[in-house]
Amino acid sequence: MSAEQILIWGGGIMYEFKYHKASSLDEAQSLKTNTADGIYLAGGQTLIPTFKQRLAAPSDVIDLAGIEELRGISTSGSVLSIGAMTLHAEVAASTEVRDSIPALAVLAGLIGDAQVRNRGTIGGSVANSDPAADYPAAVVTLNSSVITTQRTIVGTEFFQGLFETALTEGELITRLEFTVPDRCAYAKFPNPASRYAVVGVMIAEYSGKIQVGVTGAAGCAFRALALEDALNSDASSAAIDAVHIDVENFNSDMHASAEYRAQLVRVMAKRALAAL
Amino acid sequence: MSKAVSSAGVSNSGIGASVKRREDVRFITGQGSYVSDVEMQRQTYAVFIRSPHARARILEIDASAALAMPGVLAVLSGAEMAADGIADLPCGWAVVSKDDSPMKVAPHPTMAVDSVNYVGEPLGVVIAESLQIARDAAEQVLVDYEELDAVISLAGAISAEQIYPEIPNNLCYEWALGDEAETNAAFESADHISQLDLSNNRLIPNAMEPRAAVAEFDATNDSYTIYTTSQNPHLERLVLSAFVQLAPEHKLRIIAPDVGGGFGSKIFVYPEETAAAWASKKVSRPVKWTCDRAESFLSDAHGRDHLTRVELALDKQGLFLGLRVKTTANLGAYLSLFASAVPTYLYGTLLAGQYKTPAIYVEVQGVYTNTTPVDAYRGAGRPEATYVVERIVETAARELGIDPAELRRRNFIQPSDFPYETPVALVYDTGNYGASLDKALELARYDSFAERKAEAQSRGKLRGLGFSCYIEACGLAPSQLAMQLGAGVGLFESGEVRVNPTGNVTVFTGSHSHGQGHETTFAQVVSDRLGIDLDSVEIVHGDTGRVEYGLGTYGSRSIAVGGSALVLATDKIISKCKVIVAHLLDSEADLIDFEDGTFTLRDSNQSMDFAEVAAAAYFPATFPEDLEPGLTATAFYDPDNFTFPAGTHICELEIDPDTGVIEIIQFVAVDDFGKVINPMIVEGQVHGGLAQGIGQALLEEAVYDEYGQLQTGSFMDYCMPRADDVPNFVVDTTVTPCTHNPLGVKGCGEAGAIGSPPAVINAVTDAIGIKNISMPATSEKVWRACQQSKSSSGGAV
Repeated sequence: MSAEQILIWGGGIMYEFKYHKASSLDEAQSLKTNTADGIYLAGGQTLIPTFKQRLAAPSDVIDLAGIEELRGISTSGSVLSIGAMTLHAEVAASTEVRDSIPALAVLAGLIGDAQVRNRGTIGGSVANSDPAADYPAAVVTLNSSVITTQRTIVGTEFFQGLFETALTEGELITRLEFTVPDRCAYAKFPNPASRYAVVGVMIAEYSGKIQVGVTGAAGCAFRALALEDALNSDASSAAIDAVHIDVENFNSDMHASAEYRAQLVRVMAKRALAAL
Repeated sequence: MSKAVSSAGVSNSGIGASVKRREDVRFITGQGSYVSDVEMQRQTYAVFIRSPHARARILEIDASAALAMPGVLAVLSGAEMAADGIADLPCGWAVVSKDDSPMKVAPHPTMAVDSVNYVGEPLGVVIAESLQIARDAAEQVLVDYEELDAVISLAGAISAEQIYPEIPNNLCYEWALGDEAETNAAFESADHISQLDLSNNRLIPNAMEPRAAVAEFDATNDSYTIYTTSQNPHLERLVLSAFVQLAPEHKLRIIAPDVGGGFGSKIFVYPEETAAAWASKKVSRPVKWTCDRAESFLSDAHGRDHLTRVELALDKQGLFLGLRVKTTANLGAYLSLFASAVPTYLYGTLLAGQYKTPAIYVEVQGVYTNTTPVDAYRGAGRPEATYVVERIVETAARELGIDPAELRRRNFIQPSDFPYETPVALVYDTGNYGASLDKALELARYDSFAERKAEAQSRGKLRGLGFSCYIEACGLAPSQLAMQLGAGVGLFESGEVRVNPTGNVTVFTGSHSHGQGHETTFAQVVSDRLGIDLDSVEIVHGDTGRVEYGLGTYGSRSIAVGGSALVLATDKIISKCKVIVAHLLDSEADLIDFEDGTFTLRDSNQSMDFAEVAAAAYFPATFPEDLEPGLTATAFYDPDNFTFPAGTHICELEIDPDTGVIEIIQFVAVDDFGKVINPMIVEGQVHGGLAQGIGQALLEEAVYDEYGQLQTGSFMDYCMPRADDVPNFVVDTTVTPCTHNPLGVKGCGEAGAIGSPPAVINAVTDAIGIKNISMPATSEKVWRACQQSKSSSGGAV
């Protein structure tokens, strides 16, 4: 945080902006096009605090919460589809999710707290690419597709860095599609203060092949290929112990060093494996 | 008047009854009336300009753009405030160094004038028609700074760059207590010496309600009314008049209505309410200010922050011979109101603990750094002392291979030793430390701990158990003693009992409740003493315009000092009633007995109940000339001594060596608070204190970077304990009544926070098999300690 940013306080008072509640995707996009510096609001669990700290000053805020076509959960064959504006609490409680990918319901239920889960959305979380968010672990692991207003992006190619994604300006996620695995588990080590993931590991198995996704440890969620190789030849805790976790791109901050995060990747991977 | 009495013989609402807190209905239904709920006609809003730098010279403040904005009434600077005669914020406790020189006080303008010395220090304030405008305008105030090298690290502060030209080595004082020669001699004759280097982590109080002020200047009589979040409104009034020179005392009314927690942080007089009051005169409108949470993190006085080397000398039998302590205490950039006393008189005097250590010597260096001022926080000095004593005692037990409970027992001051004078200036009046230890051992099932440890090991978990046998000094304070030691005020308390003509009672207390439940506890005391219904007693506090005088609430002093004042006042009421009854029954006052609300003429069937006497006092149809009508009494109670709550805490926890995560399995707290007025409220106070103590031990820490920016400036990074971080507490009490106050009470507000941190850390070090780990024992620190322990012991954990 730079000196200029923390100069002023005052009751979490945001800069003034114009608020719009769009009722359709078309309306939202047209508002975005027709405003000087409009920004989409997809739950606001990151964006609103940012406003309150005056780190953003948009001319217009376009709330996507009223767009029915962006909500809802359905399964079709081996694909679980979740609308971008579906709340974490809805995913956590969804029978469809629990029946198809129970670990995803567990993951959603571990996000933040009850208030966050009843405001935050899967699309908002994924589009933000917070390094410590939970959903990205699922996106990279579960042979997923990120469906946007313009195209379909393969889940493993979506996250590109710290708060960076493949999305282009104005492109909106409309839904996420996850391929239902044979088995899947998620293990999370939460930051005791924020309850974000210091490390979260998802393990899924598709036709005998194990896939491992990691969030929290690095700039963005990633597939842990060395762990996958090891587990695909020997799906055991010992195999995980034998893997060298490369910490070169790992986060290191006052909450956890890169070395500790590497340890947590190992331990969370073992716990996820045991829970498969 | 009849009262329900339980089968145990305790009245359902009197002393000893777990009466539900009367104030909670309004608190939990959102009906509380807090400072920010106060709305005044023509109210304006204040937003402060704060320093983004830890240390800088203020070269220029350009407010022209802000002043040009519609709705902006004023942009006021520290320089203008000083020019208006608003003086520095004082420190109320003069500490003298061991070379007899007075402490060196850093000049502390209410708002910064020429220089800023911590991030968040206010240097100006914007007053506007709305909060939105004030905040927008504050951003347009351009301040030109010349940045200077800041002193942040406590460890290096004495040898670092000098912050204030008149204060060499950034040293406020070098204070000492105890007999150095005798203590050194004890170490020379010792069979064993244990030594530890300890840090006591810096904490941020985080009261649920942020600080706030609504101030109005009334030009018709040159007076101010200031609503503010204070634990001691009369003290605030005294400081603002006698020291800060805001206005004469009789022209100031301070109202601290419902206040949502303080933990010490609302004792102090701060720049903001002072500036809001001054600004209300400048703009001739009421001014409202509410701290936001980020602002609270930076500007509420922080707590603790010590570095200590402690050594304990023992003989072959494990008897303590001497204790030597050297502490460096961080005072922050300025001396907050009681900052100087916390690491000295509230700390060094407690280093005897529960033990008969014959020789103790402590030296404390109080140093300035470019960080937020540090002052009293729940426990204030006593948690620091307890941490030092209970960590080194446990360490010595392990080094000598003596059971830690047994080592403590061997060294306890025995019940027959009281009154016991310690080598560090206190006289303990009473206690029974063996009794609380025994009860705690039983509740903790200490005998079978080894089995539980082995069972945990079979699951790959490290189980540990730690003790803390704490003592604290509460009931601040005998005025004469406190003032001899440098306190700027006497620390008595006042109470007034006003009996209304219809027999109900309005009680005015100088104590202040900001969550403690005084409206219930104090009413229990008064109703019990007068033998009237609880519902007939109203407690009034927190308003200098209604309450005669008061020193406020801190240091667990309310029931011991404030409650005692009310007892003296009820005694006066009862005496007066006896005179009235004697007159009406044509007898003598000393022949009138009073019990359970009824006055009886001895050896007769003639009696009057309290309400009848009250009515008679206000309808004095037959009163003689020397009998005054009315029934009201005020008392000031000045204690003879501190009170000394003490007890044993035992923490049992389990560590997952793979992650370093700690789970507290069981926490037993057996406390001796003397007599207890409301056991349920006392238990609640203990629970809250334990949560804060566990928070300090495992989760909380204020972290600055090398430039003095607070890295833990929000709840995303500063970890407050939550319900799932603490276990179901096992809480019990033993009782040795305080010998010198009329209720036999000692105080309970801080014990949980004082006793628990060493119990937790002793359990952590026991589980891992290491000598030391610093607070907070975060999962990464614990994991690393487990790794090191594993490698040093050849792989066996």
